[in-house]
Amino acid sequence: MTPHSIFRQIILFIAICLILFIFNIVTPYVLNAYLCMIVIYCGINIILGTSLNIINGLTGQFSMGHAGFMAVGAYASAACSYYYLSPLLNSLSTSSFITLLVQQFFLVIALIVGGGAAALFGYLVGLPSLKLRGDYLGIVTLGFGEIIRVTILNMDSLGGARGFTGIPAWSNFFWIYFFVVAVVMTSFRLMRSYHGRALLSIREDEIAAESIGINITGHKVRAFVFSSFFAGIAGGLFAHFIGYLNPSSFTFIKSFEAIIIVVLGGMGSISGSIIAAIITTILPEALRPLQEITKLDFRMVIYPLLLLTLMLTRPQGLFGNKEISFSFLKRKKSK
Amino acid sequence: MSELLKIDNITVSYGAIKALKGISLSVNVGQIVTLIGANGAGKSTTLRTISGLLKPQEGKVYFEGRDISGVKPHLIVQTGISQAPEGRGIFANLSVEDNLEMGAYTRHDTEEIKKDKEEVFQLFPILKERRKQEGGTLSGGEQQMLTISRALMARPKLLLLDEPSLGLAPQIIKQIFKVISAINKKGTTILLVEQNANMALHIAHNAYVLETGKIVLSGNAQSLLTNPDVKKAYLGE
Repeated sequence: MTPHSIFRQIILFIAICLILFIFNIVTPYVLNAYLCMIVIYCGINIILGTSLNIINGLTGQFSMGHAGFMAVGAYASAACSYYYLSPLLNSLSTSSFITLLVQQFFLVIALIVGGGAAALFGYLVGLPSLKLRGDYLGIVTLGFGEIIRVTILNMDSLGGARGFTGIPAWSNFFWIYFFVVAVVMTSFRLMRSYHGRALLSIREDEIAAESIGINITGHKVRAFVFSSFFAGIAGGLFAHFIGYLNPSSFTFIKSFEAIIIVVLGGMGSISGSIIAAIITTILPEALRPLQEITKLDFRMVIYPLLLLTLMLTRPQGLFGNKEISFSFLKRKKSK
Repeated sequence: MSELLKIDNITVSYGAIKALKGISLSVNVGQIVTLIGANGAGKSTTLRTISGLLKPQEGKVYFEGRDISGVKPHLIVQTGISQAPEGRGIFANLSVEDNLEMGAYTRHDTEEIKKDKEEVFQLFPILKERRKQEGGTLSGGEQQMLTISRALMARPKLLLLDEPSLGLAPQIIKQIFKVISAINKKGTTILLVEQNANMALHIAHNAYVLETGKIVLSGNAQSLLTNPDVKKAYLGE
């Protein structure tokens, strides 16, 4: 990497941070609390969908336990900030501005703890189970997700069935979209890298991939760990946004929501996952007025019907395996 | 002539069923050796054991004098054995060119890879015409050509071919076997597994006949062509 390109990367990074920061300040004035929340949920679902896309879409391994990894991340980061970081912050009696800075710094630590814990679980689950193919892996990961949920349900220190209350609400628009950008950019980089092509070839044909010298189990485990890490981050952001966690938020239905995002967007398409995450977050909310008119919850009838129609008319998903291209921008620049 | 591959009395089972009951064979540098036999004789099992997909219960596989039995498949590719898997395992959604580039996955010499790609295009000119096309849209024969080419891209010392004639028209089979001969003349040693004994024996130097997990006949390919037992069982004369 030349110094010039490093410089460009730094500029890009600062620019993205600045834009997010401005949005962070402006959004509460422009949107009401309800719309703000939808925007935040969109961000969390984008992280969730894009990270699952790495393992389900890019590598072609059918994981059905993404909610489990999200739960690990959510609870690990929540426990970290509730038991250690929050008391530490309270013991520091400094000016409110510095407290704010320290609090944001602590949030990043908590998120990394959550992501790390999820990645560790991803490794432990992935190593033995990724030798399985297709539906078998699905069953194992589905089982794992449930084990996690039931374990948390029985842990009193994490609130059990009552839920985990009092988590400091440190996360905000800035950090959520910061990680959205992070997961999207790393996914794009990964997809076009040497490692990414190995993942793609595993999806296409495992035997052929093995025959050309790709360590398929190794690559699958790495993809799984990477994917779990970001699921953990999504969980951590979620925990620190609403300040309350309940095991019932992480049932297998949550895993399926993530799968729907990946399939709807098109297996392996990152832009597809992003768009699908936004659609699946907004659509149930947009259908809410219907519930008030009919006095019946028709949302869960129309929503699956839309998915069915889409799958019948466009089985490869919205984007297939294509991406939204920005090459037309680059051409202009070079002139 | 020096020995490139040596299989020493290997036994392989799928659960309780013994697929290979102690077979031994050897491949010398520069040869085409063919392994012929009926369905279920254990031909593909032998190849899968060499490429590391299966592990022998007993016996050893030596490549260039080194014991490679039980080594992981991706490491075996790095030692110089590459396989064109049975049933044309190509990457259907990747272009022909990408398929070939994936074949050179273990290599990092970009310039040489480009050269090899051109060489492969000379062997199979139709692939050059179709270079931008997705692998899945090729015909059966073209897919087989692509599988062989992709295996060649790893620059193997030993090329394992698993039933290249499977499900192809006689004309295409002839063409593919011509190219296999040409690849061998350029210096790549080949172990060819075939059901089409006639074609295989015509291009091979040495041959082994496999029957229900055991080698029942072996020797010079030319002499096997005229062997009355082989004629009766495999050549249909």
